[in-house]
Amino acid sequence: MALLQIAEPGQSAAPHQHKLAIGIDLGTTNSLVATVQSGEAKTLADENNQVILPSAVHYTQDGIEVGEGAFKNAALDAENTLISVKRFLGKSKADIEVEYKQLPYKLSDEGGVFSIETCQGLINPIQASSEILKHLKLRAENSFGGDEITGAVITVPAHFDDAQRQGTKDAAELAGLNVLRLLNEPTAAAVAYGLDSGQEGIIAVYDLGGGTFDISILRLSKGVFEVLATGGDASLGGDDFDALLVEYFKQQTNQTHLEAKTLRLFISKAKACKEALSQYKTVNVGLEVDGLPQTVTVTKEFFNELATPLIKKTLRACRRAVKDADISNEDVLEVVMVGGSTRMPSVREQVGAFFEKQPLTSIDPDQVVAIGAAIQADILVGNKPDSDMLLLDVLPLSLGLETMGGLVEKIIPRNTTIPVARAQEFTTFKDGQTGMSLLVLQGERELVDDCRALAKFSLKGIPPMAAGAAHILVTFKVDADGLLSVTAMEKSTGVQADIQVKPSFGLSDDQVAQMLKDSMSFAKEDMQARMLTEQQVEALRVIEAINASMAESKGLLTEIESVALTTEIEKLAQLRETATKPDELKLGIEALDKASSDFASRRMDVSIKKALTGQSVDKV
Amino acid sequence: MKYFALFSLPVDFNIDLELLNQAYLQLQKAVHPDKYAHKSSAEQLLAVQKSAQINDALHILKHPLKRAEYMLSERGIDIRAEQQTLQDPMFLMQQMELREELEDIKEANDPDAAISAFDKQIKKIDLDYHTQLKTLIAQTDIEQLHRTADVVRKLKFIYKLREELERVEDSLFDD
Repeated sequence: MALLQIAEPGQSAAPHQHKLAIGIDLGTTNSLVATVQSGEAKTLADENNQVILPSAVHYTQDGIEVGEGAFKNAALDAENTLISVKRFLGKSKADIEVEYKQLPYKLSDEGGVFSIETCQGLINPIQASSEILKHLKLRAENSFGGDEITGAVITVPAHFDDAQRQGTKDAAELAGLNVLRLLNEPTAAAVAYGLDSGQEGIIAVYDLGGGTFDISILRLSKGVFEVLATGGDASLGGDDFDALLVEYFKQQTNQTHLEAKTLRLFISKAKACKEALSQYKTVNVGLEVDGLPQTVTVTKEFFNELATPLIKKTLRACRRAVKDADISNEDVLEVVMVGGSTRMPSVREQVGAFFEKQPLTSIDPDQVVAIGAAIQADILVGNKPDSDMLLLDVLPLSLGLETMGGLVEKIIPRNTTIPVARAQEFTTFKDGQTGMSLLVLQGERELVDDCRALAKFSLKGIPPMAAGAAHILVTFKVDADGLLSVTAMEKSTGVQADIQVKPSFGLSDDQVAQMLKDSMSFAKEDMQARMLTEQQVEALRVIEAINASMAESKGLLTEIESVALTTEIEKLAQLRETATKPDELKLGIEALDKASSDFASRRMDVSIKKALTGQSVDKV
Repeated sequence: MKYFALFSLPVDFNIDLELLNQAYLQLQKAVHPDKYAHKSSAEQLLAVQKSAQINDALHILKHPLKRAEYMLSERGIDIRAEQQTLQDPMFLMQQMELREELEDIKEANDPDAAISAFDKQIKKIDLDYHTQLKTLIAQTDIEQLHRTADVVRKLKFIYKLREELERVEDSLFDD
């Protein structure tokens, strides 16, 4: 029986509705979901009380299995079991073939999109990632008794480039999640650690996961988490240590090429051997080659020797990050270890020696990222309006454009605080030139070929002028998710040139929409209906947000303006009830947004003034 | 000088970096997109724009060279986009020598020592121009402003050298 709620006089019965928000750590090897309940962040477990979900997706004739079951049987059906797909996000088939010599998959780049041939057809990394996210979403919904989730924060390695971030966001949207923010994994860990310890000062977060490595240097002060510098390697992780052992196994068993099933067996044995070596001095690994049992012995010393070049690589990135942060090793108060691979004793030893400090391993390195993401999600949905917490993150890799001679002109350098907008002027090369081709690049090297090509823009409709007379202003904008958008304008005429975006990697918006449609028809749901529901939720959100803002800042609107805006709100509220098409409602939301933009800008000016004077809103 | 006003700071090349940072954090606490994630799209859009503007203003005021260029441009001398026009044979000679030295670092027996020696040298020159700027930039008559501009141009050379030194350092670390 529900208890009767009695409100205090002068208060509404539901003064503050708690919204459901989740944080997801979408890892290379393992994934987790967490939420804040009754003020405490915790990871959510499945029906077997397991919080860790192996990031494995098994495609069968009958359906899709995600997690432990898929992972355990990977060796039995290696071709159809996608493991560590996070490493493939935002990459081309050619990249992957260069990077990974031997994979148990049939690779394809049909339609210019990298995918893997499975018994359910071509599956790209975004689709496989979305299956993991769907699984975790369902787990969260079940734990909330089936209630709708308002939004999610998804973590990404700090070192992920634009294509990899976009791929992650696409996967989340495909899974039906409202993405509140993409959060960098080390920053998430710092939030969980910092709020817990109340520590102030500079900390280093060393995050070595299954497939990625990040180092972030942060300054913690009064609820502000300011990332000073970040560095790392988006394709260096525990998997690489396993791969070294696999090579050793192959050598010891006189194998040159392994079939998919044996390769998967070798990989899982390597992983187990690596984990056992954290405890034991010597490990005997039982392998099966061509039906015959074989044993390979690995000692701790030998493995450490094998691992040292990889660890040294991470330390080089640490050195660079310290330098970029403009601090020295002594300034670092604490080194926080994150990611399952930091369980390796040699990693702890060498990182400790580098920073001359005992690294902090007291918090569960597997769960800390998801916990931090949940804390951030709780704040972003508005459950903690008085929170003082602020995360200031940075762009991990420089962004630039190709110039003459295959050189890169940097527009935004790495470690610039986001959000950021920077513009650069370019001019035409020939008389009467009306078009221009621009290549957007990400990376630190000077040559185009050494950087990642993100997108190619063709700029058309420049009025014909003498060479060098046109002034084309190209603006790079990076939002708080670390995602880039580019606009271009010819300055002397004010003509906004048309831009065509052809993503070199990942998927276009149309392709994502198509995938969403396909997955809908698969689930026998009506696409239109789902999109309409989404717009209804959004309309309600916007109405509530503007109502709250109006209640907060009454003094900023005249009587007439207030009435006019209220009318607009009512219009949308009505449309929300009657609209039958998602686009119809979308236009209505846009109309209200436009009607409220002047008010929004006044509110923003007031909060800026208030921030500096500390006065209350009324006095300004 | 809207950037100084934005942070409620006096227009002065000798900026109080501590105060600048405090004001910056206060402003970001008020406008950062994270504070508007549950607000209307109009407010969200504004938050991204404002937050980016504040980041940019901080970036310019924090950096001595960018700060000097900005102050000059606000006084009518914009040298930010110009091609080098410096005519000071002594200075250019010194630059050439420094460049040669920088080239030699890669082949040095002890690159680490060579880097820190070079770094020290640049820092000394940097400090010298910096001291000159501190008094010069307060001047307002046009002749003094042009003298200031020349010092800023020289400072620009020094910062370029610094960037290149960093590149050399990176390339040595990458091996």
